[in-house]
Amino acid sequence: MNLLEVDRVSKHFGSLIAVRGVSLHVAKGELRAIIGPNGAGKTTFFNLISGFFAPSAGTVTFDGRDVTALSAQKRVALGMARTFQITEIFPELTLFENLRIGAEVASGYRLRPWLGKSETAAIKRRVEETLELTQLADKSSRLVGELAHGDQRAAEIAMALTLKPRLLLLDEPTAGMGDHETFEITHLVRRLHRDQNFTIVLIEHDMRVVFHLADRISVLDQGALLAEGTPKEIAANEAVQAAYLGKAA
Amino acid sequence: MSETHRKLAILAAIWAALACMPLWMPYVGGYTALGSRVLVLGLGAMSVNFLLGFTGVLSFGHAAWFGLGAYGCGLILKFIALSTPLGLLAGTLLGGICGAILGTLIVRRRGVYFAMVTIAFGQVFYYIAFQWSSLTGGDDGLRPFYRQPLHLGFATVDILHDSAAFYYFVLICFAAAIAVMGFILRSPFGRTMLAIRENERRARFLGIPVEMHIWIAFTLSCFFMAFAGSLYALVNNFADPKGLHYSQSGDFVMMAVMGGMRSFWGPLLGAIVFVVLQDYISSITINWQIFIGLTFVVVVLFFPRGLLGFLQQRRRA
Repeated sequence: MNLLEVDRVSKHFGSLIAVRGVSLHVAKGELRAIIGPNGAGKTTFFNLISGFFAPSAGTVTFDGRDVTALSAQKRVALGMARTFQITEIFPELTLFENLRIGAEVASGYRLRPWLGKSETAAIKRRVEETLELTQLADKSSRLVGELAHGDQRAAEIAMALTLKPRLLLLDEPTAGMGDHETFEITHLVRRLHRDQNFTIVLIEHDMRVVFHLADRISVLDQGALLAEGTPKEIAANEAVQAAYLGKAA
Repeated sequence: MSETHRKLAILAAIWAALACMPLWMPYVGGYTALGSRVLVLGLGAMSVNFLLGFTGVLSFGHAAWFGLGAYGCGLILKFIALSTPLGLLAGTLLGGICGAILGTLIVRRRGVYFAMVTIAFGQVFYYIAFQWSSLTGGDDGLRPFYRQPLHLGFATVDILHDSAAFYYFVLICFAAAIAVMGFILRSPFGRTMLAIRENERRARFLGIPVEMHIWIAFTLSCFFMAFAGSLYALVNNFADPKGLHYSQSGDFVMMAVMGGMRSFWGPLLGAIVFVVLQDYISSITINWQIFIGLTFVVVVLFFPRGLLGFLQQRRRA
């Protein structure tokens, strides 16, 4: 069964049509990459999935449930977590505290005036597990705002992971990174996918990363779905090559 | 000495200094009633900072809840019952509940719009108090009423005439209020406040219903503020519309910013500086506000993290 079914969603901003009738079906355990030239509507499409804003038309179904009208916060509660193209973290808190907030909210403790010993311990364990998984454990007590760019990107993924999401939406996880950092993040995403069985949808510019990671690829161009298929099919697709190279198809 | 030990030592020093205030205050040119004023205005500044420093939301109309607390307390003592605890309770509930209700209309605004809407609502209460002379005494303020002796069962404490006894009463109230405040800030809920301050978008996408949490923080802050206002009515045996005015709100924000809004104790330090300067300079010139204003500008320019923030930073460096 598909975990995520996006059907013919569109988004208009006044007379600008940012996304037109795009569909996307993602199976449980799949890693789907969304690629496309600048301005293709990738991030807008992501915002429609995650509930940043509502689509002008179309539906979003998550795990069999129509979530089109639900707020971002409710979609998170159902198991959707996302990261942003520009890192969104809590800069003046330590890495541990950044993750603890996620773990506490996901455990339903957000309104609690206090936690018992066992609850506190469980939260701590969850944070530490996530830190291990993302290989950030040695930076636990550092302020996140003072970490290197690559570590901040990883920290944002770690924050999303504390929610134990069923669907992970990553908006350009390697944005602004050098080769080494890109390698590290790619490695992390692959571990999450292969070893931890996360279902992941990611937007990515770096084609090496995309072709290395993705099970399937969706190509957006000018707000519409241009092609969809396995990395091999996409690499051979003439329309995609044309969109990227600027030739007439 | 470990970090925890150092913190405990500082905490002990703060409370010891506060507990001995009636003893050392005369030597620095003050008097006991000034100590009570510092504590009450300090509590007000800490309530403003509960929102400003820990939720990242600037309310410029918090004097409304302060003043409502004062009137609530005064009206009870004047018209209903000669009971100090009842006055405190009524004032706290009046300010807190009004804040909670109006908060529902305010929390969707952000930044400067939030500040403007809070000023507007604050001024509404100011003009009500100003115009409704038959109940509030209008511009002359609400009087006469007096704080009443405390009946503890085994003893009666005369807090009206014994200024040291009243100071300790205020200190106990202050301690109770900020203990609750500190407790909330260390809770999972308190951490969601920090999350909203740090990054609202991230907070939302961690599943925090941001508006609801800001409303709860706002409401809690209003209750703390109204409690401070009720105490203020007892300090002065008087409540007047100026306590509701936006310039009073500005004073609280100034204290918080001067003392350091990222630290829990900063606003209390700000209140000490503010009240002591005001007391001292206003005995020399009626234009005392110029000097407070200059002090504020100097602090903001040279110690952007406030006085306490500056001291903490220096220690770390």
